[in-house]
Amino acid sequence: MNEPEAENTLKNPILEMRGIVKQFPGILANDHVDLELYPGEVLSLLGENGAGKSTLMNCLVGLYRPDEGEIYVRGQRVDIHSPKDAAALGIGMIHQNFKLVQTMTVAENIILGIGALPFVPDMDAVSRRIRELSARYSLQVDPQAYIWQLSVGEQQRVEILKLIYRGAEILILDEPTAVLTPQESHELAGVIKVMMAEGKSAIFITHKMEEVMEFSDWVRVLQHGRLVAVKRTAETSPQELARLMVGREVLFRLEKRAGTPGETLLELRDIHAEDDKGLPALRGVSLALHGGEILGIAGVAGNGQRELTEVVTGLRKVRQGRVLVRGEEQTNRSPLTMIKAGISHIPADRIGMGVVGDMAVSDNLVMKGYREAPLVEKGVLRPRRILKYARRLIETFRIATPTPQTRIKFLSGGNIQKAILAREISACEGLLVAAYPSRGLDVGATETVRKMLLEQRDKGMGVLLISEDLEELLTIADQIAVLFEGAVMGVCPAQEADIESLGLMMAGVRQTELASAPAIA
Amino acid sequence: MIALITSVLAITLRAGTSLIYATVGEIYTERSGILNLGLEGMMLLGAVTSFATAYYTGSTWRGLLAALAVGGLLAALHAFISVTMRANQVVSGLSITLFGSGLASFLGQRLGPESNNYYLVGMSGPRFSPLVIPGLSQLPILGALFEQDILTYFLYILLPLSWFYLYKTRNGLDLRAVGENPQTADAMGINVVKTRYLYTILGGMLVGLGGAHLSLAYTPGWTENITGGRGWIVIALVIFAMWNPSRAALGAILFGGINAVQFRLQAAGTTVPAEFLNMLPYLMTIFVLIVMTWWEALSKRIGAPAALGKSYMREEK
Ligand SMILES: Nc1ncnc2c1ncn2[C@@H]1O[C@H](COP(=O)(O)OP(=O)(O)O)[C@@H](O)[C@H]1O
Ligand SMILES: [Mg+2]
Repeated sequence: MNEPEAENTLKNPILEMRGIVKQFPGILANDHVDLELYPGEVLSLLGENGAGKSTLMNCLVGLYRPDEGEIYVRGQRVDIHSPKDAAALGIGMIHQNFKLVQTMTVAENIILGIGALPFVPDMDAVSRRIRELSARYSLQVDPQAYIWQLSVGEQQRVEILKLIYRGAEILILDEPTAVLTPQESHELAGVIKVMMAEGKSAIFITHKMEEVMEFSDWVRVLQHGRLVAVKRTAETSPQELARLMVGREVLFRLEKRAGTPGETLLELRDIHAEDDKGLPALRGVSLALHGGEILGIAGVAGNGQRELTEVVTGLRKVRQGRVLVRGEEQTNRSPLTMIKAGISHIPADRIGMGVVGDMAVSDNLVMKGYREAPLVEKGVLRPRRILKYARRLIETFRIATPTPQTRIKFLSGGNIQKAILAREISACEGLLVAAYPSRGLDVGATETVRKMLLEQRDKGMGVLLISEDLEELLTIADQIAVLFEGAVMGVCPAQEADIESLGLMMAGVRQTELASAPAIA
Repeated sequence: MIALITSVLAITLRAGTSLIYATVGEIYTERSGILNLGLEGMMLLGAVTSFATAYYTGSTWRGLLAALAVGGLLAALHAFISVTMRANQVVSGLSITLFGSGLASFLGQRLGPESNNYYLVGMSGPRFSPLVIPGLSQLPILGALFEQDILTYFLYILLPLSWFYLYKTRNGLDLRAVGENPQTADAMGINVVKTRYLYTILGGMLVGLGGAHLSLAYTPGWTENITGGRGWIVIALVIFAMWNPSRAALGAILFGGINAVQFRLQAAGTTVPAEFLNMLPYLMTIFVLIVMTWWEALSKRIGAPAALGKSYMREEK
């Protein structure tokens, strides 16, 4: 291990972790990891999904007990038994999955567990203080709103306000931008910069290389639980970091052969549908997807993407319009009918809709194929064949799991994702609907997933790819359609698309209007 | 007519008191995320021990202490099984009911005086009699509130206090968070294990008091199955109250009212078969559960603590 920072800095670390070891059943999540954080600086913690980043941070805030190792805060050896101890030391964490009570208000969530509060807290004073802080850090949120009423981005703001309200000095941010739209991530970046300017320090976990390069001072890379590199951000590059994380060269640009569009697989004609609240979510969407083609759907989340995928997979009824699969009428059919019609689905809410957490990896892998021979015979499952089939998928898709029988919720997020992908792709008969397939994935897994999608396309399948990541769409899609407030602003071939006009369409400018505005072209 | 209503209301309140104690107790417990189905057994055991203690010491107050202790102890056992051992809470609760009922019935046949073959049944001991408040009790209708025993009077404090505690204090907020989302509560520095023990035991003590009210005030003395299934009705009442102490009285009064009407009708020599009248509270329970479930689905309002019945351990995914 190279430790060049000792001579490079005059400051003493505000936080130091030495030789942290954490063992879970069947997996060594942290293997003698060292970490140093300097006051006023940002340390990026990188690593593939499942490398042990969250585990290390959970050891720091006292949610996990490390099996070995020492922690020093401001030079003092500390023993952190619970998040309360961590808070007392000024350590606060934004977890990868939000830690919010849905049925409580923003203000209530923010003061939860603060022991120093009076027995009967003055909620008006609390709200006032929250408004003050929101104004200072430009984190707009209504203290009286209930969490369930907030968008994902607003919930993330509440998480940050929680840290600020409690006066945390050492901030741990575990993939805070994974669920955010590009705009929201940008906003978060601003807040982090303000806090650093105030002398706070942060450990920042992300898979997005631009973010690493933009605001961190130091980078540490974990691989399979071990610390493999310590770098100054200024002295490294995204390529080098990606290689250190994955242990191989990562292509940020993928080879894409020219497509050969075949028959029309899916046709949507003037689709109108409502969202859960009964408000119009799709207003006259017409699209066509051919075999051997990836149709990308661009747009800021919440503009009808979810409803669109649900309509195509039979999970949502349309009020008006028609869904045709291979020219056959399939409007308002059940999800099973759509599966039988050859439609596979990678849902956006992977844990909720994609897998059954308490079931084995192997069972999750066959959840679509189990109705047919050879996995089932005369209505009875054939466990040995299922296992064999699962092993093959685990190998092909490089799913990191201790055994095929491990309950799937124990896998890291990226590997759960790969499992869903493996199941959907292997069961796919023509049409794949993929909602944000690379969201939350590390660079290596992202590359794998994109490659898989391209492979399916080259095999003649049609892929409907919902993504917020324009880079991703430009890299692998053949056609890009832009969705805004439930309507298609325009469709154009990916080679002819440019980020600027896509961005304008995402903001509600129609393609036809673009053409008549030569200033933009 | 007014006098009749007032008297029915007074009986209603008397019949409802034990239900209210147990309901509030179970609300505290369930708010922490622990489902305790041991109520029936705990009420029975609370009733028999409080009566026996009062009988021998001559003090109803010592009887109450015994009920508090027994309720708290059984609840602590339930907390140990469900929080520390993380066993299935339904199974643990049912076992406690079986154990409590069995033990109560056994004690009822052993703790009595020699002269009565060691049976407690048929013995009479000290009791909480109604304390009629002069003046106030003369009010039409409202007067019913002021001819009650001390345990009922205490409810007039317990109910608003519990509501205030749950919704207005820091501890109440933390308690609700533990029942809704223990992962979050833990991450926010709240001690989930301690909270769950604390409120399961507190809840158990109140349930014990509910049992004591039966044998020391409502139907003084010990009889087999003195609770008549009240422990089960309370489970439904908690749902009816939507886990809110201020609504606990409503349901309890509804069920107490059925009791009161039942008494009145029987006393008046009605032609309705007694079996049917006895069935009413249980029919009502089923009816309430159906309506509440339907209403919950319709209004998409969820009253149940989200983590109710689920065990929590830190390092478990
Ligand atoms: N509570 C837990 N129980 C069992 N295994 C766990 C637990 N938490 C994490 N793991 C495992 O430890 C490894 C590291 O996980 P994690 O720290 O979440 O990775 P990262 O945050 O780097 O993606 C993974 O293989 C994961 O499945
Ligand atoms: Mg993680």
